[in-house]
Amino acid sequence: MTLRRTNFALPIGYAILYTPIALLVATSFNASRLTTQWTGFSWRWYVELAHDGKLIEAALLSARIAAFSATGAALIGTAAGYALARFGPFRGRRAFVALLGAPLVLPPLLIGLALLLLFVAAQPFVAGMERGALTITVAHMTASLSYVALVVQARLADTGVALEEAAADLGASPRQTFRHVTLPLLAPAILSGWLLAFTLSLDDVVIASFVSGPGATTLPMVVFSRLRLGATPELNALASIILAVVGIFVLAAWRLSRIARGGGHA
Amino acid sequence: MRALVPAWAWLIGFVAIPAGLLVAIGLASPDDGVPPYVLGLDFGNFAAILSDSFYLGGFLGSLKVAAVSSLICLVLGMPLALGIARSPPARRPVLLLLLMLPFWTGFMLRIAALVGLLRDDGWLNAGLGLVGVAPIPMLHSDFAMYVGIVYDYIAFLVLPLQARLAGIDPALREAARDLGASGFAVFREITWPLARPGVLAGLALVFVPAMGEYVIPELLGGASSQTMGRVIWDEFFGNHDWPRASALAVLLLVALLAPAILARR
Repeated sequence: MTLRRTNFALPIGYAILYTPIALLVATSFNASRLTTQWTGFSWRWYVELAHDGKLIEAALLSARIAAFSATGAALIGTAAGYALARFGPFRGRRAFVALLGAPLVLPPLLIGLALLLLFVAAQPFVAGMERGALTITVAHMTASLSYVALVVQARLADTGVALEEAAADLGASPRQTFRHVTLPLLAPAILSGWLLAFTLSLDDVVIASFVSGPGATTLPMVVFSRLRLGATPELNALASIILAVVGIFVLAAWRLSRIARGGGHA
Repeated sequence: MRALVPAWAWLIGFVAIPAGLLVAIGLASPDDGVPPYVLGLDFGNFAAILSDSFYLGGFLGSLKVAAVSSLICLVLGMPLALGIARSPPARRPVLLLLLMLPFWTGFMLRIAALVGLLRDDGWLNAGLGLVGVAPIPMLHSDFAMYVGIVYDYIAFLVLPLQARLAGIDPALREAARDLGASGFAVFREITWPLARPGVLAGLALVFVPAMGEYVIPELLGGASSQTMGRVIWDEFFGNHDWPRASALAVLLLVALLAPAILARR
């Protein structure tokens, strides 16, 4: 009985999960401004989106911030994850773990407020520092590097030290071992950490609202202020485009991983 | 060890020092200057917060929102997690991918989808109209806020829960069934106790972010859906009272970290 009941749960659950998104995509092609009054198929909202300079500018800024902050988070997060997995009980490890864990459990609101206080307090001491794209990038790096560290540490714990020890026994220097053994092992973990950091940055409205200045408005900030005034059909078009891009990427990654595993009929 | 230098520097500069500043400015006095505070040891903020029922209401509101949404996520997520965990192993990765896919479309745009569903002239009311029910105002209410939080966070509960459930040996359930246990008894005596760590992890992953959530109560909730997130945001951006906002943030921080620290002992 239990089995039969849970068989129903899956289709119902996934239908509920996808219904709002499916309706949103449908609405984006509706010629009418009214959500549920279907007056015909139209690209109207996509055309308006293409002419919305403010939204496009914000999207480009968000993409830049996400790329830079994810890369920075990947560099520092990988070092932190490597240290946790391989350096043993180094001095200050407990404090290190606590500081690294804090951004994982704290709401974005607290991260944004605390970093804004830092940026404002530092302003008299740092020449030419203004709040804007740079401060958002730094804040997003801080919020996401712990995720990279977590993924990298887990990967290193899974692979064990045998390969690295074998390389060292065969005469490789620590630098060579890291370059030719550890790093290739870590590549998938670093990539997934990077992607996670990238999406966290693209998704964030709260941290950015705190640490941004008058010159820098990210895409989620624009969407947030427009949703506050009531949703516009343009946003449906934007969401549909993002959904399509993400869908294509995920499908491509899925097929590639199946080919790589050699199990699929890709 | 040199690999640790940038990480240490970053964590001290952008985690430890900002946390210290939060406490320092929570103890500062509000001021009309730039920045709008004068450093000092002013316990007035904390005293005012702890004695004012408005702030207590915001805190209790957040606790309620976080508790109710994580329980709804558990009730709705458990069948989903069971379904995924008991699917053929070959199909499980696809199901997990489908669970995470909406998550990748962006938080703000998922909220936009829910606005289209819940607004007065939205899909849900259009559906109700077909069966002759007059439009019910749903957006900007506690109901809409809970729909938003559950829709956005349920995957965080399902992921650890299904991983835990998938690790339970099916032979245990079969043995219980063979010994005459009903479906519900098997769940209560076998599945639930073994799934407990997954349940707790999933509840925490919904409860903690929901506690500090600002965007969903603001966009989907009503004026009465007061949460700590909204209170802090309004003190900061609305009243420009940075010391008050910082003191509130410190109290929220303590409320979130205290259970984690106690649990570790």
